[in-house]
Order: sequence, then C-alpha cells, then structure tokens
Amino acid sequence: MISLTFPTRTWAHPVPVGWKLACLSGATVVLFSFGSLAVQTAALSLTAVLYLSAGRGFAWSGLKTLRILWPFLTVIVLWHLIEGSPHEGLSIALRLMSTVALANFVTMTSRLSDMIDLAAWLLSPLRRLGLSTRGLEIAIALVIRFTPLLSLRGAQLVDAWRARSARRPSWRIALPLTVMALDDADHVAEALKARGGIQ
Amino acid sequence: MERSIAYIALFAALTAALGLVPQITLASGVPVTAQSMGIMLCGTVLGARRGFLAVLLFLLLVALGLPLLSGGRGGLGVFGSPTAGFLFGFPVAAFVTGLIMERMRSVAVLPTAILASLIGGVLVLYLFGVTGMAITLKKSFFEAAALILVYIPGDLMKAVITGLLTSGLARARPGSLLSRPA
Repeated sequence: MISLTFPTRTWAHPVPVGWKLACLSGATVVLFSFGSLAVQTAALSLTAVLYLSAGRGFAWSGLKTLRILWPFLTVIVLWHLIEGSPHEGLSIALRLMSTVALANFVTMTSRLSDMIDLAAWLLSPLRRLGLSTRGLEIAIALVIRFTPLLSLRGAQLVDAWRARSARRPSWRIALPLTVMALDDADHVAEALKARGGIQ
Repeated sequence: MERSIAYIALFAALTAALGLVPQITLASGVPVTAQSMGIMLCGTVLGARRGFLAVLLFLLLVALGLPLLSGGRGGLGVFGSPTAGFLFGFPVAAFVTGLIMERMRSVAVLPTAILASLIGGVLVLYLFGVTGMAITLKKSFFEAAALILVYIPGDLMKAVITGLLTSGLARARPGSLLSRPA
C-alpha cells in the first residue's frame, strides 16, 4: 500500500521519527500557549520556510494537503469578523493551519517502516512485562495487506453491477464485500493457526 | 485468539476500503462517506470489545501515515483538524454499537442493529464530533452543531443500511456475528 510519505528524499527524511514527533509536540504546546496574532503569523511563516527548505515540490504537495481546511478557515474568519473579533478569528485560523501543516510535515518525511519501528519501541515496556505484542504486529501487517485487496474487490463489485444494470450501484454492494471480508478473516485465522498461532 | 486478530484486522481493512468508495463533499467540509458505515459494522458484527479494537487499529494506521480515511486522507495532520473529534469518536461509537448489540440479545438482529447503529454510530459519534469542532473552532457546542446539521439525515440512513447489512450477514454467514455467539 502506498503511504503518505513524500517519495523524494529530503533533509528531514533521515531524522529519527521520535525526534520529529517530540518537536511536533513541543511546537503544538507553544502554538496553543500563545494566542496572539503576531506569534501565530510568525509560526505559520516558519512552517512555510520549513516546507520550502525541503523543496518546492514538497512545499506544493504540503499545500495541497491543507486544502481540505479551507471551509473551516472561511467559517472561522467570517464568524469572528461578524462577531467583531477579527484578530482572534485570524489567529485561530493561522494556528489551525500551522498545527495541521506541522503534523503533516512529520507524516510526509517519515517512512511507514520507521513509524512502525517507533510504535514497536513505544510498546517495548509491555513486552518487558511479559505481554506479547506479536498480535498487534500481525494485525498491522494484515490491514496493510488486505485493504488494497478489499477495495479492489469493491471496485470489481461496482463493475459487475454496472455490467448488469443501468441504475447506479446501491448500498447493497456492501453486503458481498463484507461477506468476503468475513471469509478472508476465517481463512487468515486458519492460516495463522496452521503456522503455530500467535504466542 | 487467531480468529479475533483476523476479524479485527479484516474489519479495520474493510473500514478503510469503505472509505475509498467515492464520497460527496458538502459545504462545510465534512464528507458524506460510507466510512462511518464501516465503523458501525465493526460494532454490530464484532461486538463491543473487538469492534473497539478494530477501529483503534484503523486509527493507529492512519496516524502512522496510511491514507485510509475517506478521500485518501491520513497522517498526523487529520488529528489536528476540526473533524478530529469524529476520529476520536469512532472507536467509542463502535464500542457503544457493539455493546447494544450484545446486551439486547433477545431482540432480533435487524431492529437491534439499526438501534445500535443509531445510538452508537450517530448519537455518540456526533457528540464527540461536535465537541471536537466546538473546541477547535472556539464556538459553543450548539453553534458547531448547527454547522453539521445537514449531515444527520444521511447518517440516519447509513444506520438503517448498517442494520440491513448486519441482518443480511447473519443470514448469509450464520455464526459470523461475533457480537452474538451462537
């Protein structure tokens, strides 16, 4: 499955994920501690510089991920404008953009395998306590393996419907898709048991 | 144990696959998708505990950077957006849905599944979602609720459809409903 990591390597890609997440947490705390418009403007500018330092293609891709926010930004700015506190509205809108952009920066510069390694490391105390994390590791691998498969089957069901009817596919397609998911789950469970189970 | 893990993982994958069904985006940015149906199905089919874990697994993978949310979204950024409240509400919605399915064992599958989806997948989910929006947009609960009132009819329909799907599943694969062990 294709993850959301930016395919071209930037300076931030080799930085350990733990560090990036720690910086993200710190930045988020700072952003929410200071509500003034000046601070938020500075923060967003710095975020933009961060994106641009990774290349123009990277920055453009990051901008596109912010597109989904525009209805909320409009609502915030207009609402506060009507209520007579435009500075607060702008400040909130800028903070929203900075928070989401910084979080996306971490996602875009971290490989999936690195993120999974970090998750495994965070769970290592559990392993020391004797609890096995093998189940979670297998579960993650299963989801990654089966999501493209199930969505492909969903597309095939839509095609099969379209080949047989002039009407648009209805919700009824979800039933065979779910049945297939259940059958896959049964087969996977048997396969796991056949290979020694999850200890 | 293997069966639980397999079911949990496959339903997390199903929720992701349902998110890839083409969606309609309405005015205030919250997309109308089939994904919340996946959340409700996790509850009605897997029950409270496993449904909760399935959705939690789904969210973990979104956080790790996989584009599993409707529209191919994912990564850490979505947890900071105004719709993040809905994300945090997903596992709780699945849990409540599953709990109602499990507790009302004496009632037939279809009405229970519809009721469970309505209470868990709509009521509880919207409580979380609207609260999240109110916090992020710095508005009151009711002001935020007014923004997404338009989505509720669509989600009510999805709850009914989930009920129909669940009862269809119970007939197609008897014994597959982990929320109602035979």
